[in-house]
Amino acid sequence: MVRVPKRLRLVGYRLLQAIPVLIGIVVVSFLLTRALPGDPAVYFAGPAASEESIEQIRVSMGLDRSLPVQFLAYVGDLLRGELGQSISTGQPVLTELTTRLPASLELTGFALLFSIAVAMPLGILAATRPNSWIDHLCRFVVTAGVSLPTFFTGLALVYLFYFLLGWSPAPMGRLDILYLSPPHVTGFYVIDALIDGDFETARAALAQLILPAVTLGLFTLAPIARMTRAAMLQVLEGDFIRTARAAGLSGNKVLYTYALRNAILPVITTLGMVFSFALGANVLVEKVFAWPGIGSYAVEALVVSDYAAVQGFVLSMALLFVILNLLIDVTYTLVDPRLGMED
Amino acid sequence: MSSSSVKNFARHARYVMTENPVTALAALLFLLIVIAAVAGPALVPYDPMATNDTRALQPPSWDHWFGTDHLGRDVFSRVVVATRLDLMISLAAVAMAFVIGSAMGAVAGYFGGWADRITGRLLDTIMAFPLFVLAMGVVAAAGNTIENIVYATAIINLPFYARMARAEVNIRRNAGFVQAARLSGNGDWRILAQHIFPNTLPPMMVQISLNMGWAILNAAGLSFIGLGVRPPTPEWGIMVAEGANFIVSGEWWLAFFPGVALMLAVFTFNLLGDGLRDLVDPQRRT
Repeated sequence: MVRVPKRLRLVGYRLLQAIPVLIGIVVVSFLLTRALPGDPAVYFAGPAASEESIEQIRVSMGLDRSLPVQFLAYVGDLLRGELGQSISTGQPVLTELTTRLPASLELTGFALLFSIAVAMPLGILAATRPNSWIDHLCRFVVTAGVSLPTFFTGLALVYLFYFLLGWSPAPMGRLDILYLSPPHVTGFYVIDALIDGDFETARAALAQLILPAVTLGLFTLAPIARMTRAAMLQVLEGDFIRTARAAGLSGNKVLYTYALRNAILPVITTLGMVFSFALGANVLVEKVFAWPGIGSYAVEALVVSDYAAVQGFVLSMALLFVILNLLIDVTYTLVDPRLGMED
Repeated sequence: MSSSSVKNFARHARYVMTENPVTALAALLFLLIVIAAVAGPALVPYDPMATNDTRALQPPSWDHWFGTDHLGRDVFSRVVVATRLDLMISLAAVAMAFVIGSAMGAVAGYFGGWADRITGRLLDTIMAFPLFVLAMGVVAAAGNTIENIVYATAIINLPFYARMARAEVNIRRNAGFVQAARLSGNGDWRILAQHIFPNTLPPMMVQISLNMGWAILNAAGLSFIGLGVRPPTPEWGIMVAEGANFIVSGEWWLAFFPGVALMLAVFTFNLLGDGLRDLVDPQRRT
């Protein structure tokens, strides 16, 4: 028998575990589609529809068939990438979502980079200097961070940096109308403009990105900082740290090579929860900054009861979340120093 | 509870408060919020719905502490009156999530087997969605009303209670006092309801307080994007949304005060949760 390395086996096992979750997501989003108040056929036919046209829509949507048959049809549609038509824009929902997804990913990615870059050093410093001012700062940030409504922080930042100080551009989307959007490569404006060699546009895109990303980042900062601090404190009490210190290793080597590598594991696990919050808060931040991502698309769709669009949004967010969680778990398996030693 | 244990509890509560002034502050804020929720409409100086074109968009002054909005309504009155609605939505949602979630979790934790597996799958499926997004989907599917905001907030809160109840019941299912109760002839359901479940309540209370803050945030977030509460009803989320249009032209007070009220409410429940933990955690009791 071929010996599969342990890490690879664990990764494969984790991939298999995602299957029931995926099935659950599809079932829930199917149920959400069928839970429309009243008769979906009447709803889709519009207020001025006659009896015959309602009946026609019922048959064409397959609503006259039994639920299991409808479910199979739904799964078939999903496999073909068919998410229905958006009533408000007339475009297929899938097209709308894929053209808007890069904007959301750019925002969320940048926000998470910001919050990890601030929260991890903060947590480490707080753990290594208990009861110092930085520890108190960390505790304050952690408590205040979870109490701040994202939409409120966003507005406060807009007032401060746009209205009072005039440092940041108007909170109106991804790029000022003075600039043309860069040629499409990755869909991330900052990166695309850099690839194009257009530093002026890259700067303008970054200027638009900073406030919304910081808003979202402030929200996700608290759980990361808290977890880093707690994990570091726990690891630093371990016997192997004392041994390493006693053996005369330098403080930095003990801290970063030994302690951090172990403390990072619970932090990575927390990132799953952080993603859940970030993807939800994304919707609010996009609305505040008129950011043309999938979140603001869903909000517009909600207002006009554009049903297919909202369901497509919920489904794609859930799939994105599952993929992110998978990535987190795979990363966990790859960096865990305790694995691979037993082989 | 005998009078001496009441006295003990009061003494311990006073100890927790003096030991940590932040908890005392949270208790004070909580009292303020409750007063605003109960007696708000009777206390405010103006009718929260009364429009007045001649007094539109005025900055905070002695007459209007928090200024007036674009229709000349008094922001202070609206912020205070909104407390009741915001608190009712989150309280109803948390109560529903607590009752259903802890019942599900307790059954799963006590009986194990199929009950546990089905509950576990169900919770995994809920948690597989970004929670705020799931709430949006539920409201979109079930209809844009306040009741559905409550149901949606309850659904996304459910897994936390169910998991906690499951864990707390599971570690006690074969404890000495449970075996004693079983030997004296109590049935499973009776043991679960009368012997095990009351013991899980202290940690659950802490969870409720921490969850209240989160529930308020979620409900306000939903109404911020235009779900549930409709204008002109005073509600913090929708007031921030209305005020957002005036931020870029410098009229900050429209969004600022309801936002601060929201923040203080969430902050209060979070701090209260920490204080409650000190109060019920026997390990910290000396």
